[in-house]
Amino acid sequence: MAMKYNWDWSVVLCRAPEGVATGTGGSAAQLPGGTSAFAGGAAQTFDTGAHCAQPYFDWIVSGLGWTVVVSVFAWVIAFSVGSVIGVSRTLDQPWVRRGATTYVELFRNVPLLVQMFLWFFVVPELLPKETGYFLKRQLPLPEYWTAIVCLGFYHASRTAEQVRAGIEAIPRGQTYAALAMGLTPAQVYRYVLLPVSYRIIIPPLTSDFMGIFKNSSVALTIGVLELTAQSRQIAEYTFNIFEVFTVTTVLYILITLIVSTIMRFVEKRLHIPGTIALGGN
Amino acid sequence: MITVDKVSKWFGDFQVLDKCSTRVAKGEVVVICGPSGSGKSTLIKCINGLEPFQQGAITVNGISVGAEGTNLPKLRASIGMVFQNFELFPHMTVLDNICLAQTKVLNRNRAEAGERAMQLLNRVGLADQAPKHPAQLSGGQQQRVAIARALAMDPIAMLFDEPTSALDPEMINEVLDVMVKLALEGMTMMVVTHEMGFARKVADRVVFMDGGRIEEDAKTDEFFGAPRGERAQMFLSKILTH
Repeated sequence: MAMKYNWDWSVVLCRAPEGVATGTGGSAAQLPGGTSAFAGGAAQTFDTGAHCAQPYFDWIVSGLGWTVVVSVFAWVIAFSVGSVIGVSRTLDQPWVRRGATTYVELFRNVPLLVQMFLWFFVVPELLPKETGYFLKRQLPLPEYWTAIVCLGFYHASRTAEQVRAGIEAIPRGQTYAALAMGLTPAQVYRYVLLPVSYRIIIPPLTSDFMGIFKNSSVALTIGVLELTAQSRQIAEYTFNIFEVFTVTTVLYILITLIVSTIMRFVEKRLHIPGTIALGGN
Repeated sequence: MITVDKVSKWFGDFQVLDKCSTRVAKGEVVVICGPSGSGKSTLIKCINGLEPFQQGAITVNGISVGAEGTNLPKLRASIGMVFQNFELFPHMTVLDNICLAQTKVLNRNRAEAGERAMQLLNRVGLADQAPKHPAQLSGGQQQRVAIARALAMDPIAMLFDEPTSALDPEMINEVLDVMVKLALEGMTMMVVTHEMGFARKVADRVVFMDGGRIEEDAKTDEFFGAPRGERAQMFLSKILTH
């Protein structure tokens, strides 16, 4: 490397001294300006060197925690809303289908970053006055809730398309057979179409689940102190950009590897004996 | 028991059924045959309301199928249906396939449903396959399970939509044997099939369809003796020579 750079991996291991709150949970105390890195403060009371002005390790752990929390909650929304919308797109009633199609086109075609801003800055203004006030002033951690809802609804549009594709991949005869034995249309979905279609779409569901974790980094733009936001903050405090973002990169890769491992386990558990396609082998 | 009265149906501009009328009395076995695209499968699917029709009327056991407000799930539960591609549910075991509608539609408890399922699996000679999944069975076995599944609902009539057309030749007989037994026991049956041997053996009447119309509707002896229409004669000569 041509440029002059002081490598120092130990910054990512800086811990808080005993008895000093680290502000885990992404509280405002960690925001730049909340505690000043240059004023010294608590950090100078323990001996880890001048570079360890703040508990950077704890910041990373806290950021990782929020990345996981926001993503998992968003995934719950994406899966449930996406299933409802996806099923709606396969129903006979034309107005239900049109409504579901509109949802998908709306949430799929607007950039995630723009959606994040819309949810955070615009939606509270459009709601009735008290509701908007509640969202802006009274709700604790508004940016976190906003990020969860925004990511969830955005990914729901993708999940919906996968669920629809899964249902449409099932031969029409299955529906005929289920109806012919007296099941109601709702029961046909519950007992026949959905169990099979979820198995068919496990691979795309998996990559979309990973996508939620990766897209959660966009939430830093509205102030969510997740992994990427914390990394940027540490980089700004220490100028050890390479070390910090190497750790972040590895952590994201680890998360997605864990997700794919879990999903592979799920796929195996749900595998239908005697088939190749329905749920891996 | 089943009355079909001047039923017409269109897919868009294309007319698939043209004033079809026939009837099936209790205990009667009626075979429907005809070239592909003649509307046989569509007609049989109209009988339990799987396909809507635009004109005419169908009544099953006094209940009008096409009428507004008819409880279709309840009506369908009383008519068994067997499909060309078996249509067992792939994610359930053979036993669960037979228990599903018993528990969810007839509200039988699991033990009761399981007992009835095993009884029927015994009858079609597949009791040992109960814990397997459909994909682990041969086509003939799957179709026998599908018949057991339909019978588990204690239907008043059975509809068969080309039950042997997707089977390898050596598996056709094991399915036909089950159907013959069923016919001889007095089950009311409507069977779309090209198995003329089966028709001769157990059918009371044969309906011949072509171009969406019922061209012949005759007693089995008469149909094979001297079908009146030229089209039916041609059809028979084609499928009986081999």
